[in-house]
Amino acid sequence: MKNDYGPVWVIVEQRDCRIRSVSLQLMGQAQKLAAGLNTTVEAVLFGNLMEHHVQPLFAAGADRVFLGSNPQLAFYEPEIYVRAMVRLAQEHEPEIILLGSTAMGRELAPLVAARLQTGLTAHCIDLVLDENNILEQRIPAYGGLLSIICPQKRPQMATIAKGVFPIPEPDPNRSGEIIPVAVPEDMSPRLQTLEVVHEIPDEIPLESAAIVIAGGAGAGDPDGWRQIADLADALNAALGCTRPVVDEGWAPLESMIGQSGRMVSPELYIGVGLSGEQQHMVGITGAKVMVAINNDAKSPVFDQVDYGVVDDCREFVPVLIEKIKAYQKNQVTC
Amino acid sequence: MMKIVVCVKAVPDPQQACNIRIDPVTKTLMRCEVPLVLNPLDKNAMQAALDLKEQFDAHITALSMGPPDAEGIVRECLALGADQGILLSDRAFAGADAYATAYTLATAIAKIGPVHVIFCGMASSDGSTEWVGPEIASFLDLPVVTMVEEIVECRSLQWKVKASLAHGYRLMQVQLPAVFTVTRELNTPRALVFSGIIKARKKSIVRWGIDDLGVPAEAVGLKGSPTIVSKLTTTQSKREVNILTGTREEKATQLLQKLVDSGVV
Repeated sequence: MKNDYGPVWVIVEQRDCRIRSVSLQLMGQAQKLAAGLNTTVEAVLFGNLMEHHVQPLFAAGADRVFLGSNPQLAFYEPEIYVRAMVRLAQEHEPEIILLGSTAMGRELAPLVAARLQTGLTAHCIDLVLDENNILEQRIPAYGGLLSIICPQKRPQMATIAKGVFPIPEPDPNRSGEIIPVAVPEDMSPRLQTLEVVHEIPDEIPLESAAIVIAGGAGAGDPDGWRQIADLADALNAALGCTRPVVDEGWAPLESMIGQSGRMVSPELYIGVGLSGEQQHMVGITGAKVMVAINNDAKSPVFDQVDYGVVDDCREFVPVLIEKIKAYQKNQVTC
Repeated sequence: MMKIVVCVKAVPDPQQACNIRIDPVTKTLMRCEVPLVLNPLDKNAMQAALDLKEQFDAHITALSMGPPDAEGIVRECLALGADQGILLSDRAFAGADAYATAYTLATAIAKIGPVHVIFCGMASSDGSTEWVGPEIASFLDLPVVTMVEEIVECRSLQWKVKASLAHGYRLMQVQLPAVFTVTRELNTPRALVFSGIIKARKKSIVRWGIDDLGVPAEAVGLKGSPTIVSKLTTTQSKREVNILTGTREEKATQLLQKLVDSGVV
């Protein structure tokens, strides 16, 4: 019997032949969606010498892996990747295509979507099937959630940040089919990657930090921002921020927490001088204790935390740092 | 002459955008009077064009699609130093998603004629999709580099640019014409100067509607958008807040105690 629905695809990302965790997370969610549609899960993976590295995809739920493997594919090469993936999608007509909201995913997704003349939803925080088996792609907005659908065009495409979905429990007994994809080896004459440089960050990574301090526009100026950074230092916490802080240039884009940034799940989260916008708050999942410091008692952030301090963060933070330092000093001498 | 198009968007002032909320009862948007401003990252896109104009013989077109009110941000681009301003404004364009927006902008760019460089901000502060730049490139069949943080080499038609990665960068070689979406690391946008504002008053803004672009109504606006909003839901917090009271000192002491008691500090 022919399936009513095409397969659910995940565009998988690798670095140095290792499957990136966001791809495995999406594989788990793809499996749930595919079960609802009674269809299969297929992974699309490009790289070099990847043949012996695809088992984690089967263990995570893939039924088939379309594998493009040649030396030109070792790194993300936009023009080659796009051409090959568009052709593959036209041939196999997937119902859904999911990509990670990574540097590659957020460039590749619109290039593929536009050429397939279909819609694309950015940085979803949930994906479910509605009563008509259409993919409801949820994004935070205006203090709530918007559900975006792509009712007519196929495939339905979405990008999702790392950490939105859990990595599925690997099933080592699962296996599947590897389907080699012939990808032309000629480079694009108009766009080429000359070099890819990965730097090792010297700050505490947000994703694995036990304590996360997030600062917002309430910092006021670079001096105010430095105080928030000092608070993070005092608590040995990772420092994150909201979009206005990135726009002001006080902190880099890499430290933005939320829907289009990083997902964190610390023991303790302290939001300083921020209003609790959904786009930011969805980035904090499963924190044990949440604290907000904001001068506006009516700020929506106070509906979303365990402890609230209504005060100007520029005045309050230095006092808090002093108390923390005094406490830590006591701990050491006792 | 180097022809540059900068795509710009009028967005609700990000400082005040938090005032737009979903009415928990009616599930519709409660719109307040939030003024439209130039999208923050589009200022970096404009500055990238202005920096090139300082080095080369260049002509800058600021292009925007939006309601008639968006004219203000096109005028701002003229004041910053753009030579020409074009506003795509028509009822038929309303309700466009990223795909239909990119299609409309791409059609306008094709109408402008041969261009060498198209700059876009990496994302808009309201939509945050990041799709418009790369989708414009797709419709025009041009190469694109997203998240450009440095233009390393631009003396020939073969550019080298650094594109930002979460930690690190990609060095890309790209043949013009091409589309670039820019990050705020690329440059520091200069503020408006009075003489620019005066000069901009003399420049006229071209208004193009659907007939000027010669596109079918089904291809633009809500009708041309593959995606639609199907639902608007409010979210409820599961946490009950304990607001600490007292003097600043007392609040700090209490907060520290709570954190120590919870075992997280």
